[in-house]
Amino acid sequence: MIEIRDLAKRFGAQVILDGVNLTVEEGETLALLGPSGTGKSVLLKHIIGLIRPDFGEVIVDGQAVATLDRKALSALRSTIGYVFQNGALFDSMNVFENIRLGLTKPEEFNNEETARARVEECLRLVNLVPETMEKMPSELSGGMRKRVGIARAIAGKPKYLLYDEPTSGLDPVNSDIIDALIKRLDTELGVTSIMVTHDVRGAFRTADRIALLTGGKVVAVGTPAEFRESSNPEVRAFLERDFDLEPLSTVSD
Amino acid sequence: MLDALAAVGRFAQLVAEMGRGLVEWRVWAPRTLDECWKLGVGSLFIVLLISSFAGAVTALQAGYQFTGNIPIYVVGSLVTESIVLELGPVLVGLILAGRIGARYAAELGTMRVTEQIDALESLGRAPSSHLLIPRVLACLLMIPLLVIIADVVGVLAGWLAAKQALPISDQDFAYGARIYWRPFDAYYSVIKAFFFAGAIGLISCYRGFTTQQGAEGVGRSTTGAVVTSSVVILLLDTVLAKMLLN
Repeated sequence: MIEIRDLAKRFGAQVILDGVNLTVEEGETLALLGPSGTGKSVLLKHIIGLIRPDFGEVIVDGQAVATLDRKALSALRSTIGYVFQNGALFDSMNVFENIRLGLTKPEEFNNEETARARVEECLRLVNLVPETMEKMPSELSGGMRKRVGIARAIAGKPKYLLYDEPTSGLDPVNSDIIDALIKRLDTELGVTSIMVTHDVRGAFRTADRIALLTGGKVVAVGTPAEFRESSNPEVRAFLERDFDLEPLSTVSD
Repeated sequence: MLDALAAVGRFAQLVAEMGRGLVEWRVWAPRTLDECWKLGVGSLFIVLLISSFAGAVTALQAGYQFTGNIPIYVVGSLVTESIVLELGPVLVGLILAGRIGARYAAELGTMRVTEQIDALESLGRAPSSHLLIPRVLACLLMIPLLVIIADVVGVLAGWLAAKQALPISDQDFAYGARIYWRPFDAYYSVIKAFFFAGAIGLISCYRGFTTQQGAEGVGRSTTGAVVTSSVVILLLDTVLAKMLLN
């Protein structure tokens, strides 16, 4: 379980997070919605200890992330897969080496054959062919980079998956593919996921619950149905865009 | 003032982080070899070029100035001592501050702004052992080696240039080269190279690693790495001369 308590962060004079409270239960997929620049990614980076809070705490599996020493933080990170906004693939390494770095068990990482088998399995899970392994990140399209980023995040069989804007910069077709992939991985791998996005349509299609972050605070949390019916003016303002949701089963991979 | 103190603190933190990362030798050792190869082989041509020209020009200028009663063999002394004590390590240091310092700062800066360093940390891997230690160690190992090569090539180029342009025999040049020579001169050259290498490696890695604000930030880090490394090299040159030669 991930608990965020009174989390506050400012950069210089700019207040980014101003007392965020949020709980993510085991096995659920939570979409964190909010306009661009409201600190959604900053919140996500607190969970994995890439940013330290000014105030408040993030507790993952009973451990306060900011208080962990180097070894404990590394151990915690091995249970969390993080999908970066633009993939953040290591451009000096090919796809195989990128995904291999996600392997958290030394025996898997050090054995070339085992590593190759696991990388191939991860590529298959994100609907990429094994031949992709030998490609360099510069040879991949935007959608493929995102999928390789997801493959790297799931390589270590994490308990938690954090997605930072997984569909940003993609066309609607590729966005649908990524949304379907996230939904499928959550079901197949049984992970707890947090998906940061400003894509309302994607959030409604993939999440069990949705939270709205605006003005440095979480102003609403609920199921997609509750969100749709919400009378909260900030929720209404954010959802004013007319979206027509298709069932995911109709989206082809 | 506070910003400067904060920067010193961040620099010390980074160096301490590298110290802690040294235990992960299985990670940094192969990457260090790779970096050594890139640094050494990639810089060899420019080092040979500048050391050759430095040796030749020193010999020609010495010949131009030493007229009248000054014995011609002094050209050999001047070329050897100038190259080994000063021009070899300083010219190579400044050139590599540009070539290697800019590369390291730009590489790490780009990795920072494209979240590759965050990605590495999120995978439970230490950036110090994957990225920083190999680069700094490659500098510490290869730059002194390149300076030794520059010293030898510089003196040989000076010898050849002197023979072509001045009435000096091989025996005169060799006599002049030996007359003021002390073995410590060679050690001094390598000691300087070692300090310059540390400055280039640490400063460029620090500037790249702490890059902020996109492409503009990468540009600022790269320029900052080259300028700061060059200034520190000149400062170290003065301090080491005062400490070791007096």
